[in-house]
Amino acid sequence: MLLVLAGSFLGSIGAGFLKAGAGKLHGGLRYLFLNWKLALGVAFFVGSSVPYVLGIKKGQLSVLYPLVSLSYIWALVWARIFFKEKFTRNKVAGLCLILLGILFVGLGNR
Amino acid sequence: MSTAAVSAGQEPQRAAHRSKGIGLVVICTLLGAAGQILIKLGANTLVHPTPWSTFLAFFTNPLLIAGYCLYALMTVLFIFALKDGELSVLYPVISLSYVWVAGLSVWFFHDTLNWLKLLGIVTIVTGVAVLGKDSPK
Repeated sequence: MLLVLAGSFLGSIGAGFLKAGAGKLHGGLRYLFLNWKLALGVAFFVGSSVPYVLGIKKGQLSVLYPLVSLSYIWALVWARIFFKEKFTRNKVAGLCLILLGILFVGLGNR
Repeated sequence: MSTAAVSAGQEPQRAAHRSKGIGLVVICTLLGAAGQILIKLGANTLVHPTPWSTFLAFFTNPLLIAGYCLYALMTVLFIFALKDGELSVLYPVISLSYVWVAGLSVWFFHDTLNWLKLLGIVTIVTGVAVLGKDSPK
């Protein structure tokens, strides 16, 4: 379970770098491969799947897969810190619901 | 986009675009769920995995390769769907994948479902929908 959560954390960092890299995108397709932020984003995504696969080896997928939704929470935090996106009422409400859902799914694990 | 500029004649076309986007995202969630099942099947075949051997398995384990290929295909289709869809509509549809994965896990891996798990999944789907309501159009 902790491995899956670690995977979702790393994956959200990857998404953050993809966003940072995508913002700087201009020119042709070849720049896609020269953009270090995008490259780092992809590397984080690949890196995040290692703990994820290790994590889902043991345990029920119906419990572990919903835990990935925690990456939405991390994404909101990164968006707030690095892209200065504001927390709105809907975002906070959605965040709380997702956390509550993860808690329920976790409690239902038996 | 200014909605005031949209004439009545463009409305049906927009609705058709929207349902095309939603249909595409539903296909994405199905592909993603199938990918998850393959990844789990692949993970199950790993014997005494270490982080490094797991990383290598991404290139050698056919089940993991197939699972992540589906995942990549899903991502490409999803980007196409996003091009002519509103994120606020598509977000809740994306979280359908939690429902598919739960169902498929029962079928393939004999996971047990209970009301707490179901409540959790419904709550997460609702949460994602609420998040998406705020997204830029």
